[in-house]
Amino acid sequence: MPVGKFLNYDPWVNWGWLGSHVPLFESALQQHLSLTLFAVLGGLVISLPLGVVAHRWGVLRNPVLTVSGIFYSIPSIALFSLLIPYTGLTALTAEVGLIGYTVLILVRNVIVGLEAVPPDVIDAANGMGYRPLARLLRIELPLALPAIIAGIRIATVTTIGLVTITAVIGLGGLGQLILQGLIENFHTPLVVATVLSIVLALIADLTLAGVQRLAIPWGRTV
Amino acid sequence: MSFLVSVWQWFADPSHWSGPEGVPQRLLEHVQLSAESVAVGALIALPIGIALGHYGRFGNLAINISNVGRAIPSFGLLVIAFQAWGLGDLPIIVTLAALAIPPMVTNSYVALSEVDPDIKEAARAMGYRELTQLLRVELPLAVPLVMAGIRTSAVQVVATMTLAAIIAGGGFGRFVIDGIAQQNYQMMFAGALLVALLAIATELSLSGVERLLVPQGLRLLRTQGRGRAIIAKVA
Repeated sequence: MPVGKFLNYDPWVNWGWLGSHVPLFESALQQHLSLTLFAVLGGLVISLPLGVVAHRWGVLRNPVLTVSGIFYSIPSIALFSLLIPYTGLTALTAEVGLIGYTVLILVRNVIVGLEAVPPDVIDAANGMGYRPLARLLRIELPLALPAIIAGIRIATVTTIGLVTITAVIGLGGLGQLILQGLIENFHTPLVVATVLSIVLALIADLTLAGVQRLAIPWGRTV
Repeated sequence: MSFLVSVWQWFADPSHWSGPEGVPQRLLEHVQLSAESVAVGALIALPIGIALGHYGRFGNLAINISNVGRAIPSFGLLVIAFQAWGLGDLPIIVTLAALAIPPMVTNSYVALSEVDPDIKEAARAMGYRELTQLLRVELPLAVPLVMAGIRTSAVQVVATMTLAAIIAGGGFGRFVIDGIAQQNYQMMFAGALLVALLAIATELSLSGVERLLVPQGLRLLRTQGRGRAIIAKVA
């Protein structure tokens, strides 16, 4: 029972309670980070080949974009709930849902990025004797990198927010502390976890922006 | 398979289709609160975005606000609003309106600032005053992107409205959240299907409205099938 409760006064942040519960926040942060990392990396592993294939075989492009757009509008809590009967209240349910959303974001950006490669550059690469695979790896993907990294940034920030919702199915990282704050009617874990989630998202976004600058030296003016 | 059959039986049960806890009533609550929230958000966001875009000021602010908006966990914001204002519709509308604002500000800013300067100059030369120029020339040209922002916000609000059940709100979220709490997975699954369908219906119907609102001249000009970059997913 938090001290504030006895006095019938609950400040937005009870610093004393916070100071004695740092490990709680550390482990929540850790779970939050690992759920996010796994979702973004898993999404990347699936969507890079998928995006390349959809770009290469034009017939697939519009169906992939349309279907991903429609699936993307499915609310996350609905998606998690639709998975529960099959995968239970487990990390698998959370990851399948989270990876689903990162794939939807990333595949779109991979396709848009590859489409933005100027045809002249492709002609020049062909003229220099590049085979399709080498051209893809050394010319097209590097030029699509700005769009792909932009997608990774959006996917990461989005996933950090979505992870909090997995609290409803018993996971949640920082979301668990938000739920605890709600159930115990106690402000501190709720406010601190929300702020930490925002800070985590902003740090991740800035870090990836730094990666973007390093990986795309020719795009620095943008 | 037997699980899906039991979900079907849930839908077939007439008692789930009437009364204050029936599907029609929940649908009404969900749509009504979502619409109110989007309307409140639009009343705040559109004038700001349109003004910033028209004058071409504070572009970084207008564009970055949706980045920051994306970083805010809707679940946390909803619970904080609940703790601040207590039971009722107010915390739900405040949270959902706040979530709806960033995409609408960003999109309407981009829409207005991308209007061809030559067209603005021509309008001025034809004697349009500033306000008529904005209303009759710039806004019609900006409709596609402004509407895309409203659609993004609306889909997001419909999705997040589901979470409002956690703070005792109504809507389809009741089926989902109560279903999880009572381990009544048929009800949960049915609620999740209803929410997903409603979100998709929102997306599709607003795309339809958007198509109707786009001036014919623009419709002819528009390039077909360009990929739309994803802007936000909050819930």
